[in-house]
Amino acid sequence: MRYAETGFNLEIDLSNGNIERVSTDPKDTELYLGGLGTNAKILWDRVPPEIEPFSPENLLIFSSGLLGGTPVPGANRTIISSISPQTLLMAFSMVGGFWAPELKYAGYDKVIIRGKSPDWVYLWINNDKVEIRDATHLQGKSTYETAEQIKEELKEPRAQVMSIGLAGENRVYFASIETHRGSASRLGLGAIMGNKKLKAIAVRGTKDVRVAKPAELVEACNEILRYIQHRLNNPLPGVPPILARIGSPQEMALHDEEWHTISFAWGHARHRRKDFWNKEVEKMWADALERARKRLISCYNCPVRCAGIIHLPGHPPYIMKCFSKLTYTMAAMVDDLEFGLKIAARAQHYGVDGFTTPQVLAFALELYEAGILTDEDLSGMPEDIEGRFNWLLDRIVRREGIGDVLADGVYWAARKIGKGAEAYDHNTIKKHEQVPIKLGVTNPIYYLMWSTGEKINITQIEGQIPQAPFSTREEREEFVKDWIHIPTGKEEKFKRFILDWGEPGTAFPYYPSMDVACELVDWQEIMHYIDDSIGICAGLSSFPIKPPYHIHNLPFIISYAAGLEMDEDKLWTIASRNRNLVRAINILRGLKKEDERPPEDHWKKRFPEYEAKLLEEYYRFKGWDERGIPTKETLHQLGLDYVREEFIRRGIIRDSEESS
Amino acid sequence: MSEKNEKKKRKVKVIKIDVDKCNGCRACEVICSAFHAQPKYGSNNPSRSRIQVHFDPLKNIYLPVYASEYTPAECAGRNKYIMDGKEYIECAFCGASCPSRDLFKEPDSKLPLKCDMCEEEPPLSEPMCVQWCLNDALVYEEREEEVEEEEELKELETGLESLIDRYGRQKVIDTMARMVQKE
Repeated sequence: MRYAETGFNLEIDLSNGNIERVSTDPKDTELYLGGLGTNAKILWDRVPPEIEPFSPENLLIFSSGLLGGTPVPGANRTIISSISPQTLLMAFSMVGGFWAPELKYAGYDKVIIRGKSPDWVYLWINNDKVEIRDATHLQGKSTYETAEQIKEELKEPRAQVMSIGLAGENRVYFASIETHRGSASRLGLGAIMGNKKLKAIAVRGTKDVRVAKPAELVEACNEILRYIQHRLNNPLPGVPPILARIGSPQEMALHDEEWHTISFAWGHARHRRKDFWNKEVEKMWADALERARKRLISCYNCPVRCAGIIHLPGHPPYIMKCFSKLTYTMAAMVDDLEFGLKIAARAQHYGVDGFTTPQVLAFALELYEAGILTDEDLSGMPEDIEGRFNWLLDRIVRREGIGDVLADGVYWAARKIGKGAEAYDHNTIKKHEQVPIKLGVTNPIYYLMWSTGEKINITQIEGQIPQAPFSTREEREEFVKDWIHIPTGKEEKFKRFILDWGEPGTAFPYYPSMDVACELVDWQEIMHYIDDSIGICAGLSSFPIKPPYHIHNLPFIISYAAGLEMDEDKLWTIASRNRNLVRAINILRGLKKEDERPPEDHWKKRFPEYEAKLLEEYYRFKGWDERGIPTKETLHQLGLDYVREEFIRRGIIRDSEESS
Repeated sequence: MSEKNEKKKRKVKVIKIDVDKCNGCRACEVICSAFHAQPKYGSNNPSRSRIQVHFDPLKNIYLPVYASEYTPAECAGRNKYIMDGKEYIECAFCGASCPSRDLFKEPDSKLPLKCDMCEEEPPLSEPMCVQWCLNDALVYEEREEEVEEEEELKELETGLESLIDRYGRQKVIDTMARMVQKE
């Protein structure tokens, strides 16, 4: 008997309308758990590097995590994977909400979409009954309108819907897939869905999800809930308010935005405004948010209220969370938060990424100021900044005029526009727009994370540790007292890192030492890979400081729910296997060491030689060769000999090459 | 039904539902269906839950409703509420397991579901839905009340009653008799 998972995937071929329910191999669960792990295995097996993102052969996989739909709090993520039209690498974006558990209750772990429909369709999964339905009447409808209309025509208000808007239909490289609770927004998965002419997937399930050790699991869940309650009542002392809580950064609840507004860069990731935040701004912004926010809400089976229902007069309602509260306002260099809340309403209904889109808009205006884009290119654009942002957004999602160029994102647009525009592509990594941060001195931990993160988004690799030293010795000692999250064997080292940080001689880039930096980054990354395979939200696990889930309780929670034998080492190995498999896919797709670096201007003061050594050291630590390719030994230890064989077959490495 | 109308003290169990505090996470549905599963906590399935959250984020509607009585017939008139400009779906506030909808019925057998306040021996401190509602949208209260004694139908009886309504008394009796013979 299978526990936690259903043991079945849905295979949908949109080219010929074929629908199959396929049983999965329990061995794959033991090796990769589920979610991202099994998604990566499927992409490895079935989407070789010749297949381009917009080829019908490219797969679009919607997956629950192994624990999705069990009573484990916060196990609700949908992990969507494909090949990104923007980076040309593996894309995996996650979204919370209700969709993945509903899929489990319908009796499936994943929906695997291949092919390309001749006409617009949507998928309706109602337990055992699965239909591909006409969606021509939904074309042009917004993400939310689509979902509402589908639920209405199916007469199924309890269906959960994933949908794309205009941006996805028009294959904008930063189009998102939206639910009623969040967005899978990074890396252009909405464009892949649009390319397949799949407007939405609605799902309704009324079956049971079983667990292996019921009494033990519920007691573990109760323990998790008690800790969540404790953390909700007791924000961490000594860190900025926005980092003191669990969940996504609580920007829908908190009004103190000092940390983001003064530490992050405004405009096209250009300007620091260190004196921006004051009482007057705080009051204005608090009023704007309070007026717009109707309720704080949560994802499935999670008490933390990270999201807000935002509804402003004259604008359609939508759901917002986290830093997207600020991204449009800051990119436009507008002092009024309400502007950001309003344009985000339109953006969310169009279905575009709240991180990339504002960057692209600011980039376009920067090119205009530099004379690279002309009045002719932007003919009809309003004079005011707010009008300009809206005007550009309207064109991008329709791929009209200059919008068609900008819809490919900063990297590709800069190269298409030419005339020196490439120099303005200053905030992408691996062709993907990054969070706008420009700081002083190379931070070795962040250097490694920006460089090597293959989710290509800093929030999807960072976590666990404070971002700055505590100011007093007492605070540091207090912090490490109940820091039980550290992996076995690293307690002394990581606590020492915190205790000494802030003493003389602990400045960046030489603190922490290379070996400690490597181990800290590895820990942070592994925790994310675990979450993405079991479907637990990073906001309760890999992202915050001192989260409810950690490497010591996750093994037995997995074991109680799924019936797998699990311990810390085993879990770490599985996460490493998944991490290396993602890297292997990307290496076949041309990922190179040269791609692994933060933007030149990410820090004012750089240490090129030290950074190069650090990256080499990290590669060694990870068991990768000097080009960043996993070595024979690494692959063998992880049971990935088949990856090695493919590397040789494709001439990535030579058989004789001893790359240890 | 009891024959005489005696006044008797009874513990009244109340769940106070603060819809403004509901964050729509449906943890109540998860744990309710898990608690009532066989074996206990062995599975969960929100469509078997005896509490259902009506929610419609874009309209800011969040409404937890408990399964109450089984009824063989629909109401003469169905109710639609509009409050603070928000229109709730038909019968949103009603907890009845009734023929007009799929709500509060076992998804396979269609047998009616009813909240039993998680009664068991030894008693829980609070029903599980309340325990799992960390946002205090559901708060448990007990009070003593003098009531006229009246015997309530047990779960099995309600189930049988619904089968009788559906198939007729004789068919249910015949089936039972046949099944007993087989054993």
